[in-house]
Amino acid sequence: MASLIGFYSLIFGFCLSFFIIFFSIRNYKDSNNFDTKIISLTFLQLFFVIVSFFGLIFSFVTSDFSNETVFNHSHSTKPLFYKISGTWGNHEGSLLLWLLVLTLFIFLFLIRSKDQTKQYRVLTLLFQEIIIIGFFIFVIKTSSPFNYIFPVPDEGLGLNPILQDPALAIHPPILYLGYVGSSIIFSSTLSAVSLGYMSKGWASHIKQWILTSWIFLTLGILLGSIWAYYELGWGGFWFWDPVENVSLMPWLALTTLFHCVLVLEKKLILTSWVVVLSISTFALSMCGTFLVRSGILNSVHTFANDPERGLFILIFLFCLIFLSLFIFFFFHKPENKINYNFFLLSKETSILVNNWFMMYFLIVVLIGTIYPIFLEVISSQKISVGPPFYNKLIIPFLIPFLLAMALGPKLEWIKSKLENKIYLILFFVLSLFLSIFIIKILGTNFLFNTILITPAFYLFLITIRDFVSMKLKNLSQNIAHFGFSLLILSILFNNILSTETITNLKVGETFQAKNYKINFESIDQEERQNFQSFIAKFNIENSDGSIEILKPELRVYNQPNIITSEADIKTNLLRDKFITINVVQNQEYFNVRYQIKPLMIWIWLSVLLISLGGLTSLIKKKYEK
Amino acid sequence: MKNKVSSLISILLFVLIFFLFYKGLKNSNIYTPVTKIEKDIPFFETKIFDKNEDISSNEIFIDDNRFYLLNIWASWCVPCVDEHPFLLELTKQQNLNLIGLNYKDNDIKAEKFLNELGNPYSIILLDYDGTLAIEWGAYGVPETFLIKEKKIIKKIIGPINDDYLNEIKELIK
Repeated sequence: MASLIGFYSLIFGFCLSFFIIFFSIRNYKDSNNFDTKIISLTFLQLFFVIVSFFGLIFSFVTSDFSNETVFNHSHSTKPLFYKISGTWGNHEGSLLLWLLVLTLFIFLFLIRSKDQTKQYRVLTLLFQEIIIIGFFIFVIKTSSPFNYIFPVPDEGLGLNPILQDPALAIHPPILYLGYVGSSIIFSSTLSAVSLGYMSKGWASHIKQWILTSWIFLTLGILLGSIWAYYELGWGGFWFWDPVENVSLMPWLALTTLFHCVLVLEKKLILTSWVVVLSISTFALSMCGTFLVRSGILNSVHTFANDPERGLFILIFLFCLIFLSLFIFFFFHKPENKINYNFFLLSKETSILVNNWFMMYFLIVVLIGTIYPIFLEVISSQKISVGPPFYNKLIIPFLIPFLLAMALGPKLEWIKSKLENKIYLILFFVLSLFLSIFIIKILGTNFLFNTILITPAFYLFLITIRDFVSMKLKNLSQNIAHFGFSLLILSILFNNILSTETITNLKVGETFQAKNYKINFESIDQEERQNFQSFIAKFNIENSDGSIEILKPELRVYNQPNIITSEADIKTNLLRDKFITINVVQNQEYFNVRYQIKPLMIWIWLSVLLISLGGLTSLIKKKYEK
Repeated sequence: MKNKVSSLISILLFVLIFFLFYKGLKNSNIYTPVTKIEKDIPFFETKIFDKNEDISSNEIFIDDNRFYLLNIWASWCVPCVDEHPFLLELTKQQNLNLIGLNYKDNDIKAEKFLNELGNPYSIILLDYDGTLAIEWGAYGVPETFLIKEKKIIKKIIGPINDDYLNEIKELIK
């Protein structure tokens, strides 16, 4: 019943698109004022999509196995929380979520853009409706979440256990708000270009949408990364996996776009950058959806292996790309170059320099992600691009990038002189000595590490100085840049100082490592709602005599039958102690992996700080209004 | 002029990318968890369906000259209905023994399923709690293993279709 309601409200929502387009075009041509009927219609469309979404949630909660999606991805013994999150833990449901966010954002856009011109609002709506129609057709035709199966099965096939996790339950909605939120940036940029509407006012209007998407995207990536850290049991937080990369690429584009819009807001330059980046951000988000959903890439995110679905997104993606290329080349008039000279020492120059660095990072990630696919198509050779590729290509360029990030905000717009800026040099010398000092103590005597840590410390110290000197003028930027320096520092020290022990132990055995002793004390069995859990108890004796108890877990899920390994992590401000166990085939031994990972919590905190910076900027903006 | 050239270049570039993605989609590879190809079959003991007898794996896969096809199925599994005709087709193969592994099922419903659709299996093993399927490294139902000389030589995840049928026939020639 709920499925039926869901299906029909989806159809109604789809039909409404045509009404919206009809009224929008009429409104665009005829009257001078924005027709409020259009807002009501968009709200109605949003309402239908919400009803449809709740219909699906209801089917999941009541375990209605006559629904094919529920049958394939749920099971009656699954806890309620994961029944609900199972709604978007599959291809069909997640596309419904796409649609929900698309319609939500255009509705919010319309009610929050009252001070913009009618033409611009209507045209943005039209572009957004094109995307919405595309996704409606996609959902209804190739991946309907409301397919009926008969005879009705008694039991469902279950949700992949590694997805049954709190962080991952909220990861998709948050990430989607960022991913799909970029659609509104795409639509309004196309609309602004077509109308020649780009101005300083437009820049500050679009800035809040960029920030909103950016904050959600940052948090979404963070959640995914935290999940991978404790659930996949490898003890890392970023694996340069294609699936991670496709979320990083829109983030890089969006971050760059945000900085360009800052310049545009002040100086009305870099318009071409803004247009190209707005298009790229959304195209990269769609491309990400295509890559992970079509089955071209293999991962936990690959729900659909139906080439028809992949083909649909592919064609739709390229239609949008060609549409935006057409608008860009035929309507966009770049600002007059002669009017404006870039001075070497100015804020906009440093932003432009960092933009090029960001584009470089983006291209590295893009090539690393899609080159293996292309190579396989052309020469049927399989290669895998791993961390060494990214580390080698990205890390050296981080050095000038960090320096520019530290110095850029200190410069003035248009042109500035370096007077009274001796402290900049002083701080550099200070951070150089600090880095050499730390590297000496740690004993990892690498010239490389020193060169890398110095600029990170430099940015760190300079942003701290700004906090201390209470220059609250640029608080949000300061928080975000401080967060970034903290992130880089944490990652660097984490990499240098991580240690790991891998060994096979059976109950009662002890392993003596250099600084600690691992005692495998016992293993207990417990029955849970939808899995059996084997909890091991480890007793770690450190060389200083302190004792820590860690209890990693193995879970045998009943439906589908999968064994997952749950890490036990003891976190404090200085380091994480991370332990996982795995079964060794047909033996009473367990594979034990014990890791000490310094500063892990700071990696998460710094990303939170970065998004807090964005949030501050968004709130400040509203406050100023 | 410059504008035209750059627009042409970017369009050509995107057409190329489209083409490459399109080709990539065609030879799309279905994700298979690490398969235990050429691995020894696990040792197990279980009950036979419909009889109250125990049997061990050593008694089942005796003849090293024959092929064995272990098929994991359940009456509640919808794709199992689709693959059933292919299993019946495979019973015509002389050197192949079909073994069913009835997964987390109810005996009466399973009986009904076989009565309606036919029984392709020479023997059916029972796996009430699903532990046997874990030992085989199965991911879900249906799943099929082709066995020769006590080694798994082919693993099929999901229902058997025309392509798999032909592949199996090729393998056991």
